[in-house]
Amino acid sequence: MELLLSASVGILVAAAIYLMLSRSLLRFLFGLTLISNAANLLIFASGRLTAGAPPLIPEGAYAPVGDVANALPQALVLTAIVIGFGLFAFSLVLAIRAYSELGTLETSNMRLAEPRPDLRPDPSTATSNETSAG
Amino acid sequence: MSWLLTFPLILPFATAVLAYLARKSSAGRWISVAGSLLALVAALALFVTVSDEGVVSAQMGGWDAPYGITLVADMLSAVMVLLTTITGLSVAIYAMGEINPAQEKLGYHSIFQILLGGITGAFLTGDLFNLYVWFEVMLIASFGLLIMGGKPTQIDGAVKYVTLNLIATVMFLSGIGLLYGVTGTLNMADLHDAVLASDRPGLIVILSMFFLIAFGMKAAVFPLFSWLPASYHTPTFAASAIFSALLTKVGVYSLLRTFTLIFTLDPGFTNAVLLWVAVLTMVVGVIGALAQTEIRRILSFQIVSSIGFLILGLAIHSPLAITGAVFYLIHNVIVKANLFLVSGVIARVTGGTDLRLIGGMYRTAPLLSVLFLIPAFALSGFPPLSGFWPKVLLVKASLDQGMWVVAAVALIVSLLTILSLMTLWSEAFWKPHPEAREPSLATLGSDRLALVLPIAALGLLTLLIGVFPQPILEISEQVAAQLLSPDLYLTAVRGVLP
Repeated sequence: MELLLSASVGILVAAAIYLMLSRSLLRFLFGLTLISNAANLLIFASGRLTAGAPPLIPEGAYAPVGDVANALPQALVLTAIVIGFGLFAFSLVLAIRAYSELGTLETSNMRLAEPRPDLRPDPSTATSNETSAG
Repeated sequence: MSWLLTFPLILPFATAVLAYLARKSSAGRWISVAGSLLALVAALALFVTVSDEGVVSAQMGGWDAPYGITLVADMLSAVMVLLTTITGLSVAIYAMGEINPAQEKLGYHSIFQILLGGITGAFLTGDLFNLYVWFEVMLIASFGLLIMGGKPTQIDGAVKYVTLNLIATVMFLSGIGLLYGVTGTLNMADLHDAVLASDRPGLIVILSMFFLIAFGMKAAVFPLFSWLPASYHTPTFAASAIFSALLTKVGVYSLLRTFTLIFTLDPGFTNAVLLWVAVLTMVVGVIGALAQTEIRRILSFQIVSSIGFLILGLAIHSPLAITGAVFYLIHNVIVKANLFLVSGVIARVTGGTDLRLIGGMYRTAPLLSVLFLIPAFALSGFPPLSGFWPKVLLVKASLDQGMWVVAAVALIVSLLTILSLMTLWSEAFWKPHPEAREPSLATLGSDRLALVLPIAALGLLTLLIGVFPQPILEISEQVAAQLLSPDLYLTAVRGVLP
């Protein structure tokens, strides 16, 4: 079972890196969600896969009795899934905004914040950095 | 005891809630300032206690370490929390002058406070996974501040910032998972013992590279820094000031913490990697700064260059070098925040931040020019100012180790830093305004006090540190001593454990 999980982590990471090398922001984000799932599986697998009893502590005791499953990796993965979900949702909305504001999802065409240095700046865009008076 | 540790954490989040409720009136900004002031008091109390009584720790939820989550403050954490609250208060005051009601309505002040809370949490936690969670709190809050306003340049910068930081996050998470698999613990003090006792030291050295990449990306070291100059010049000046002062420093703090407490197995290898990273970061950062014409992009590349100096101290790893790095950290947080705040005033007065389009600051505002010169000279390391002392320590430390080339590079980089800042000075301040229009201080209007007060206060702090470096030097020496022999830290966390 650990072998199977390790192999799937490897396949996920490979696919994710392939997608993340793309110039399209959307493909990059799909790659990102794949690789964060790979990381979650990795935590799960490195916490050892045991088919033990649920890790419940009997009343009055301070430690579980007998062999129990390791609950910590699952708690870590759960936290990571929640955080990853939030970040992915944000990134998708950012991609939509990028498409509507910049008119492209090709990262090589996104040169607005870092314009080519040999172009003389247009005063109207140069001052747009300034925030209006509060 | 535990109240001392939780107050600096609770205050920003409580302030965030209150500021969010009051976001539609002007009360929000006052709540933000008041909360920051209280946090400063709490951080001072923590700092005094830690410097008097040594390392302070508390177990959350009543579970003893390593099972519960530990909050722990040694001198390094206490100093960092104090710096966070000092810059937090300064930027909160500055934001009163800069942030407009539309941005306030979107919850600017509460996101800012959440960012401060996340940073404080990262400095105070004693648990590696908890550090990851604080990183995420910090990250998502910084996303919010970065895109607030929604201008196309901001979205463009945010795309690069978000994507590259998320990769760092995945690296960090994978590193944590694998380290847990090898050692069976995530409490940093417990990890120290587990790593030393481990029968697979080679694997742990490889794992330490996961953390080096993850924290290095956050700290913006060569070659992982490209997100920083792509995005730091796009948000509001208040936001970029707090980013530049603290976000990269959280990465540096994490590197300092993990590579002195946990990954100490093969210092020959890790320090060599860090040394290359440090030297290349210093050089590439300052060369990048020389090529730029936009004020905040120049300053962004200067951040990268300064990070090189900080990593250099860690790489040399002698007590003197770590002392120098910590002193540099203290100086750099204050100076960087100040320079970004000044650039906001320059933009307001001259009408832009591109050096080719502005000028004439000196004639209009000689006093403000002095307020720019103080942090600028401090950054390049002119003798009576705060940047001089840590650079002396770092150069001396590298000479003591016989690293002549490194010392020479550090000095050349300082020279190039002066060159880059003097270009900025002559273009923005001395040169007449290209449109032959006289910049006017009247554009600051009623915001003048809120904008200039934090700049003057931070400048005064820089001057004081420069003229009286002894107390800061002593603090830095204490920090270095605690980092290099972590016994105090370990006993404070383990407490009742044998």
